[in-house]
Amino acid sequence: MDEKPGFERSVRGDGPGRADASWARQGAYARLREGVRAYGMIAAMWIRSTMAYRASFVMTTIGNFAGTALDFVAILLMFSQVDRLGGYSLPEVAFLYGVAGTAFGIADLALGSMDRLGRRVRDGTLDTLLVRPVPVLAQVAADRFALRRLGRITQGLLVLGYAIAVLDISWTPLRLLMIPLMLLSGGVIFSAVFVGGAAFQFVAQDASEVQNSFTYGGSTLLQYPPTVFAKDLLRGVTFVFPLAFVNWLPALYVLGRPYPLDLPTWVAFTPPLVAAGCCALAGVAWRAGLRSYRSTGS
Amino acid sequence: MGTGRLYAAVAVGGFRRFATYRTATAAGVFTNTVFGLILAYVFIALWDTRPHLGGYDQAQALTYVWLGQALLMVVAVMGGGFEDELIERIRTGDIAIDLYRPADLQLWWLAQDAGRALFHLLGRGVIPLAFGAVFFDLALPASPLTWIAFLLAVVLGVVVSFALRFLVALSAFWLLDGAGTAQLAWITGIFCSGMLLPLNVFPGALGEVVRALPWSSLIQAPVDVLLGTADPVGTYAFQAAWAVGLLAAGRLVQSVATRRVVVQGG
Repeated sequence: MDEKPGFERSVRGDGPGRADASWARQGAYARLREGVRAYGMIAAMWIRSTMAYRASFVMTTIGNFAGTALDFVAILLMFSQVDRLGGYSLPEVAFLYGVAGTAFGIADLALGSMDRLGRRVRDGTLDTLLVRPVPVLAQVAADRFALRRLGRITQGLLVLGYAIAVLDISWTPLRLLMIPLMLLSGGVIFSAVFVGGAAFQFVAQDASEVQNSFTYGGSTLLQYPPTVFAKDLLRGVTFVFPLAFVNWLPALYVLGRPYPLDLPTWVAFTPPLVAAGCCALAGVAWRAGLRSYRSTGS
Repeated sequence: MGTGRLYAAVAVGGFRRFATYRTATAAGVFTNTVFGLILAYVFIALWDTRPHLGGYDQAQALTYVWLGQALLMVVAVMGGGFEDELIERIRTGDIAIDLYRPADLQLWWLAQDAGRALFHLLGRGVIPLAFGAVFFDLALPASPLTWIAFLLAVVLGVVVSFALRFLVALSAFWLLDGAGTAQLAWITGIFCSGMLLPLNVFPGALGEVVRALPWSSLIQAPVDVLLGTADPVGTYAFQAAWAVGLLAAGRLVQSVATRRVVVQGG
């Protein structure tokens, strides 16, 4: 097996016996590096396999782009009938849409396959992943890595580009810095939602669709101005399930608009902290979920 | 076994098959409700700005949202019904066995899909609509006759939806991989059925085109019958015409496909 280059050898480690003994001694940083390395290799393998059917890849990427664009088409159709929605103009809504779409696209590309975990729990194929000396999270996350999801990110970035080009924003260095900051922290917040949802699937198995409420549902919610929604819903997505930190709070700062809930301005700069907090919680949930896993035994 | 009883048995099988996954159904109901909630607020903002947009008042627009969530799975706007299985059977060559069976291919799958649709109406449709009716001010009719008229429009909508998806599945005879057509079909379905936005809100010529296409039978037509904003008889005629035309097209394509079929696998 050592002569064979590629996936099998590299993922299983450099030699027999290395894995278990040394793992306990590895620091958190080394484990993270190992996980990211494994993720990269598994993802690269799936990309190679996708590229074997190039025409199919091109078509599904275009399909992914078009399917995502439908939401924006709905917004365009609405604005063919009204000038303002919840007091926001089309470019402003496009700005919110672009940030939410891109942030969600990043998470979807990185971890979008995690909703298949329920199936693996049900049919017992998760066992295969558990015996490999690679973090299970990295394996599950990279499972069936789908490069076609670049279609979603592209679509989000195009709408964001349109919004920035059309909007008359008084740019300051802080506002400029806010753009990459919210795309990245937003991506991380949505990623945490994916991981948390996957952890839930250890318990729920068949209920993987609940996760869609918070991922796809969440990104749909964030495409619209917060002024549209009831105050209680806003409180829920600000204080309980902090989706508002993906784009609403930071983006309204860039747009120079007030957030409907009375919050101090500095809150607009907290998305990275919220993202870190979400990751910590998702990590705890994931470990709890993985520990509660019982194989089907069949 | 009589022919009628055969297809009834297939329909019952279709119903029971989807009824097996209770947790998944509950999860789906939850998701439909969340999406209904988001859309309801957006529609309130929209109709606050433009009252009587598309000929609906706000209560009717909200009824549209919740009926849309209730019917989404029933008329399988996003696919996910029998067609995935039929595509797979065509791809693997199992279709050859189906063609040998002393049952009509189209009717067999129609019966199965009817069972599925009935389950989705009860299992996925009732709760989101009830949730919407409790928390929002909806324009639901009091007369049971209107509800019966609505259910008939839903039945016709399911048949049109089936006929469309049957054609999508048959494309696998030529393409082998039906994923591309299925994807195209759900994008068209969401856009043209009124799932995205009521079709009478679509501007100008675009609105007229989408209202004339078969997909408007899926969501727009039943909702309009329930809201009393469309003449039921005219709506039925429109839906039935598309149903007959598309089912006939399905038979034609099927006969062409089976004449040139090369069965996959040894």
